[in-house]
Amino acid sequence: MRLARVIGSVVATRKHRTLVGAKLLLTQPVDRDGQPVGGVQLAVDSVGAGVGELVLLVLEGRAAGAALGRRAAPVDAAIVGIVDPTG
Amino acid sequence: MQLARVIGNVVSTIKDPGLVGLTLLVVQPLSPAREAVGRPLVAVDAVGAGAGEEVFFVRGRAASFPFLPAVVPTDAAVTGICDHWTTDDVPAGPPRRSPRRRAPRR
Repeated sequence: MRLARVIGSVVATRKHRTLVGAKLLLTQPVDRDGQPVGGVQLAVDSVGAGVGELVLLVLEGRAAGAALGRRAAPVDAAIVGIVDPTG
Repeated sequence: MQLARVIGNVVSTIKDPGLVGLTLLVVQPLSPAREAVGRPLVAVDAVGAGAGEEVFFVRGRAASFPFLPAVVPTDAAVTGICDHWTTDDVPAGPPRRSPRRRAPRR
């Protein structure tokens, strides 16, 4: 899994049926000091993360589908946790 | 998944039987600021996306899931057409009106 910052969201009315109702958030993977590392990933969110929050991102189809809880969902990235703010 | 723009399509008559009847789209991955990221790739269309549209695509084994139980030999599939997206630190441009879409397949 990776640390990532939620930087935005996507609205798409026409999408695969298993994505209907799923929140689509734009996430920027970051390192431990919050510096961007790699490209922006569009992830499904099943934990209610908001823009600006630091989250746990899983980048693999089977795990992402499991997080979404829908059989054979065509997803390869999912937010599976919100990191508690430190300090 | 990743944001992208459909920049063309591929016509291939001699191909794996699993790809017959499917539209092959050339997509250019985009950053939220609509800058090209990396190289274009060919993705199978799973939602009826047209040229010029802003979409998102999935990679890897999950790309074959939209077509189950048919086994489609693909590692990328367009699974959504973006109405618009917002990002807090990148000024999202005004939502672009999508070009006229093709008639939906019967």
